[in-house]
Amino acid sequence: MGKKLRTRNHKVVLNRSRGGDAGITFVLGILGLFMFLPMVYVISQSLKPLDELWMFPPRFFVVNPTLKNFTDLFTLMNTSLVPFSRYIFNTVFVSVVGTTGNLFFSSLAAYAMAKIKFPGGKAMFKTVRTSLMFHATVTAITSFLIMSKLQWIDTYWARIIPAWATSLGLYLMKQFMETNVTDAVLESARLDGASEFRTYWTIAMPMVKPAWLTLIIYSFKDLWNAGASVYIQSEQLKSFNYAIQQVMAGGIKRAGAGAASTVIMMMVPILVFVISQSNIIETMGSSGMKD
Amino acid sequence: MSKKTAEKKAVARKDMTMLQWTLKEMKRNWVAYVMVAPFMIIFTLFTIAPVVLSVVFSFTNFNLLEWPDFVFADNYIRLFLDDDIFLTAVKNTFIFAVIVGPVSYLMSFLVAWFINELPPKIRAVVTLVFYAPSISGQVYLIWQTLFSGDSYGWVNSKLLEMGFITEPIQFFNDADYIMPLCIVVALWTSLGTSFLAFIAGLQGVDKSQFEAGAVDGVKNRWQELWYITLPNMGPQLMFGAIMAITGAFGFGGVVTALCGFPSVDYAAHTIMHHLDDYGGQRFEIGYSSAIAVILFLVMIGSNMLVKKIIAKVGT
Repeated sequence: MGKKLRTRNHKVVLNRSRGGDAGITFVLGILGLFMFLPMVYVISQSLKPLDELWMFPPRFFVVNPTLKNFTDLFTLMNTSLVPFSRYIFNTVFVSVVGTTGNLFFSSLAAYAMAKIKFPGGKAMFKTVRTSLMFHATVTAITSFLIMSKLQWIDTYWARIIPAWATSLGLYLMKQFMETNVTDAVLESARLDGASEFRTYWTIAMPMVKPAWLTLIIYSFKDLWNAGASVYIQSEQLKSFNYAIQQVMAGGIKRAGAGAASTVIMMMVPILVFVISQSNIIETMGSSGMKD
Repeated sequence: MSKKTAEKKAVARKDMTMLQWTLKEMKRNWVAYVMVAPFMIIFTLFTIAPVVLSVVFSFTNFNLLEWPDFVFADNYIRLFLDDDIFLTAVKNTFIFAVIVGPVSYLMSFLVAWFINELPPKIRAVVTLVFYAPSISGQVYLIWQTLFSGDSYGWVNSKLLEMGFITEPIQFFNDADYIMPLCIVVALWTSLGTSFLAFIAGLQGVDKSQFEAGAVDGVKNRWQELWYITLPNMGPQLMFGAIMAITGAFGFGGVVTALCGFPSVDYAAHTIMHHLDDYGGQRFEIGYSSAIAVILFLVMIGSNMLVKKIIAKVGT
């Protein structure tokens, strides 16, 4: 953008020294390598044949790439006690049901808090916003007690229901609705006799597409990446990520399959992000916190 | 419905006590309560209630087996006077948070700012490179392979080759190395939500202000950053700070995955680990609740403090 403004015919010249450009590029390059090289190493490891994985001295990049680790992984999957398809089903089921509920309930509450003035609305939003300030580890033990009182331990519900109400989801959705859904549009719908639910669903929601895409990705990413859960004991209900960790824990012979599984696990959230990046950035545009 | 009736419906505030008015408004907006109900019920059950219960339990000796007795501040006294490991955990948590929080915050902002003037397509690619580690789940375990304790570990083999060491270093089993390594890994995964918020915030700054600034004598990009960009980004800076701080306190899981539990000599033992130790393994719910309350207060306290500091930068 700076370059466009650096016009000579006009008087406006943004000062961008060459030295500054070089310095920034250098720092960015170093940080970029720090971020990028471990990712490259994971992929490189997953393509290494066994003799390269245990070669001394180890090499960073793969020399003779092979897909054997991936086929090994699938063979290993077939030998597990619980069929691997079951783990995959568990993760997909929890991710999809959890994300759908989160999208619906968070946006519904966000709409009411952003667009209807009602006693207690602001206080509720402030409470949710405050909860962004502490990490869920604080509530882990007492949440477990509540779960067991509800008798949800060792059921899908223990993982799904809490995912239906995430503070960050509500926060981002409410902020985005506040800036992007104009009151005038809602008012005219209300005057036409549309109920609040109708206004929310047919008018507000289509206007905040970037926000719900962001919510979907955040929720999905968390549920997809979830490993072993303290709430789940039965092998049949455990997640794909947990099963993958078991593969990796299998020791030396499985180092290759382990790297292959990491690559498969990381590809899904990365692909989802690539597809939706511009929408997420748009949503974050209204994420600011004023007081 | 005509406009007139809609106006009539809105309750006039005069001629009523505050309570009457509130009740009337609540009745008029009953739909709003229906709309927030599912979210608020779940939120209360799994976020508010656990915090309240922790506070209550922290004054008891609850252990899941017997009916709890009220023990006043005994748990807190035991924590600070009788539990050396807790003090180690407090120290480690602070070291961790004080380094990871600000560094990840600055890194997120600087990288977002550096890439702000790149062409959109290149910017999208660079964004992905920096953001990917934070969304890729367990991928941070690769640091274990890179820093593996035998000579097959890439870092050890390089150090051996260059003659810096004669024996491979047991990175994740050596109290001297655990903390710095965990901090590096934490930073590696820390360009998350705040990073994206900064990118969006920078894109949102009105470009004409930069031109006006250049006319008014802004000499270089650093002055531009200080006088124009930062004052325009106050709300984003605030949101990013909260995400960064909460994130910095939540890295316990990463530490456990990398160093095992407990870590050697409790070198990377944080308050979160202590909480899990007493709550999740020994079932001393009362005692672990006191730990949770302290962790809660530390998190909220540091957020409040940082909010105050940032409020000064933004204006």
